[in-house]
Amino acid sequence: MALLETKGLGMQFGGLKAVDNFEIAINDHELVGLIGPNGAGKTTIFNMLTGVYLPTDGDITLDGMSIVGKKPYQIVKMGAARTFQNIRLFKDLSVADNIKIAYHNEMKYTTLEGILRTKRYWQEEAKAHQEAIDFLSIFNMQDYAETMAKNLPYGKQRKLEIARALATNPRILLLDEPAAGMNPHETKELMETIHFIRDKFNIAILLIEHDMSLVMGICERIVVVDYGKIIATGTPDEIKNNMDVIRVYLGE
Amino acid sequence: MTKVNFKSYLFNIVAILSVFVLIQILIANGTLSRYYVSILIFICINIILATSLNLATGFLGQLTLGHAGFMAVGAYGSALTAIYLRSNDILTGGIGLLLVSIIVGGLFAGIMGIVIGVPALRLRGDYLAIITLGFGEVIRVVINNLAFTGGAKGLTGIPRLVNISNAFWIMAFVVTVLYTLTNSRQGRAIISIREDEIAAEAVGIQTTRYKVMGFAIAAFFAGIGGGLYAHFIAFLDPNTFNFMRSVEILVIVVLGGMGSLTGSVMSAVVLTILPEALRDFAIYRLLIYSGLLVVMMIFRPQGIFGTTEFSLAGAIKKLRYNQIVSPRKKVKEDD
Amino acid sequence: MVLFLQQFINGLSVGSIYAVIALGYTMVYGIIRLINFAHGEIMMMGAYFAFITVLASGMPFYVVLIVSMVLAAILGITVETLAYRPLRKAPRISALITAIGMSLFLQNLALVIFKPEPKIMPPIIPRMPVFIGPLRIGTVTIVTIVLSIVFMVLLDFFVKKTKPGKAMRAVSEDKEASVLMGINVNRTISITFAIGSALGALGGVLYSVSYTQVFPTMGVMPGLKAFVAAVLGGIGIIPGAMLGGFVIGMVETLTKAYISSQLSDAIVFGLLIVVLLFKPTGILGKNEKEKV
Repeated sequence: MALLETKGLGMQFGGLKAVDNFEIAINDHELVGLIGPNGAGKTTIFNMLTGVYLPTDGDITLDGMSIVGKKPYQIVKMGAARTFQNIRLFKDLSVADNIKIAYHNEMKYTTLEGILRTKRYWQEEAKAHQEAIDFLSIFNMQDYAETMAKNLPYGKQRKLEIARALATNPRILLLDEPAAGMNPHETKELMETIHFIRDKFNIAILLIEHDMSLVMGICERIVVVDYGKIIATGTPDEIKNNMDVIRVYLGE
Repeated sequence: MTKVNFKSYLFNIVAILSVFVLIQILIANGTLSRYYVSILIFICINIILATSLNLATGFLGQLTLGHAGFMAVGAYGSALTAIYLRSNDILTGGIGLLLVSIIVGGLFAGIMGIVIGVPALRLRGDYLAIITLGFGEVIRVVINNLAFTGGAKGLTGIPRLVNISNAFWIMAFVVTVLYTLTNSRQGRAIISIREDEIAAEAVGIQTTRYKVMGFAIAAFFAGIGGGLYAHFIAFLDPNTFNFMRSVEILVIVVLGGMGSLTGSVMSAVVLTILPEALRDFAIYRLLIYSGLLVVMMIFRPQGIFGTTEFSLAGAIKKLRYNQIVSPRKKVKEDD
Repeated sequence: MVLFLQQFINGLSVGSIYAVIALGYTMVYGIIRLINFAHGEIMMMGAYFAFITVLASGMPFYVVLIVSMVLAAILGITVETLAYRPLRKAPRISALITAIGMSLFLQNLALVIFKPEPKIMPPIIPRMPVFIGPLRIGTVTIVTIVLSIVFMVLLDFFVKKTKPGKAMRAVSEDKEASVLMGINVNRTISITFAIGSALGALGGVLYSVSYTQVFPTMGVMPGLKAFVAAVLGGIGIIPGAMLGGFVIGMVETLTKAYISSQLSDAIVFGLLIVVLLFKPTGILGKNEKEKV
């Protein structure tokens, strides 16, 4: 059974069909790319998959359970985490705190225990701090733990956002244009990071991207959308030679 | 508890105790007259109001313009409870009566916070400000027109139960609770909503729940502040809880720094003493206040302390560090 | 029935004052997404400008009105340039607090300059009631209603048909794109404040003539109510502000007449809360979702 699956997914804004009959099935450990021209409906699809928008048609299942109508935080708990096109970090908080916020649901002490600072508070806080540092060191960012997120260089901010999403312990990670605004060097590093986290955390990844070298370089399967509809799916090589795709990207 | 934590705890407890002892000594040797003591009690009340508003506005990031409304609910709830308990000989006075009354008052305010918060917090920032403003006005008008609150004539016969000792310790308790709350995982969840609500929800924070929680706790403590006020003045006039009162509390928070409890404490001290000291210029007080607010927002919108907390232990450590390690190179401070 | 009609006309008159004030709130909100809390104080200042002009020169009503509107427009531009412009990129909460600060500043400035005691506004509109059957309608009421409607029509024409009006609409849709289209955003925002403030002054003059008084805190309640009106109609939407103004004026007048004059303020704010809870974007508002 596929990890994340959609059936007849559609979204209508007023009279406009932004997404129509979108069907995809992503398996464990798979790395899938979602591409398409601007306004093709990619981010709308992401927003439906993560509970920001309520689809007007169809169904989405995560591990066999429907997530339509669930709130974003519930979907995160069920194992789908995401990043945003325009980075959304907790800017005025430290890098470590950004990660700790993602641990929120794993920590169990109650509000009262937190106020009274019981033994459990200290234990869990100490553990969370250590885990956050260890987690950051996976990304080679442990030295930035106490830096304020907004003071990180751009590439590191992207990395932190991905790390924060991973800290929620997802089974599938949805990346919305992770290479946006990056230079070729940073993009290359990002490709390595994406590959690395897929193997390290053993998760599936769905990514939206404009940077063709990135998508072609790392994705095992690519889905192309245009005007809210899937026009092609296949391996990078198949997509490269698909006439429909070429037409969409290069014009008639 | 680690050693460092234990040390800083000890430090804070000693600091609070010494302030208390100092006040007691100054009262005992007659340096502080009754007038000065009453100012100190007002400082305690204002600290409670400001730190609680800071939770809603500075930490949660929701601009509230009706804090005086919650204060009013707490004040009337507490005053009426005390009058009831005493007239029925259930509790006749002392700290027990005070605590029971202000907690009941605080709960009324907290429940009001939930009633207002649940629907209002779904709306975006500006609208919350408007709704709380509207709520503050409605509460005032309602209290003005009810019989059991004494209406526009005001409420009299409230037991006078507050003195500097109990006001001081209640204030210390409130600030401590707010401090530990904002440094827990729940507090981080609250702060993450201020930082970016959409991102908070995307990492699994139940935003609506923590918004309502933060808002209700802020309202609860505003109610506690109102209760202390009621049992100190022993007379309540609905018009003291107007929009201007809400703004005055907001000025304290903004000046001290939204997101800094110690900032609110210090700012409350200064802004309670200042108008008393400048009595002769009373007509200019609000002019200066409001001008200050605008200037602050333009030149230092984060307030004096920003979101950082002032800690004695930290300051000393920093000083020593600077001296020993590198006298010239300053420790890079996050602004 | 006669009583009701009389109250209806009163409501129309009060409502038209709220409507012109509400326009200022709505225009500013539409263009920079800021609740300009100082607008009520601009209205109050407008009333004082008129009061001073009358005392100093004894000029006729229309001259006084124009002087007051021009001065208020200058005041509005000044407030925007000094206090709001530096914060245009700041978090909304900072801008909102600044607006509250500005409102209190102007109010207290007026307290210091003009003293708290109310001043009597001279009757600059001749008081000759008109009788229609059993109805008695004051000149002030007629002038108020007519002038408000005239200015609303003028504003509508300005926004829809003139170049600066179109620029205004463009800036409120998308600031960045407007810059690319060669629109001077700062100037457009200044024009918006100027017009909004001038309308605020119109409201202030009409209000002070109707109630024959000027005092430093006179802007607070009508300001808040006009603001409620703007939200009620859908803030940012010009016809919404007019509609909202008339609704609030009616509700207030009829509540005072038939229910309770003490509770009328609570009912107006209660109405606001109810509307915000059920249709936060107001009667004519359209839903708008934050982009993710």
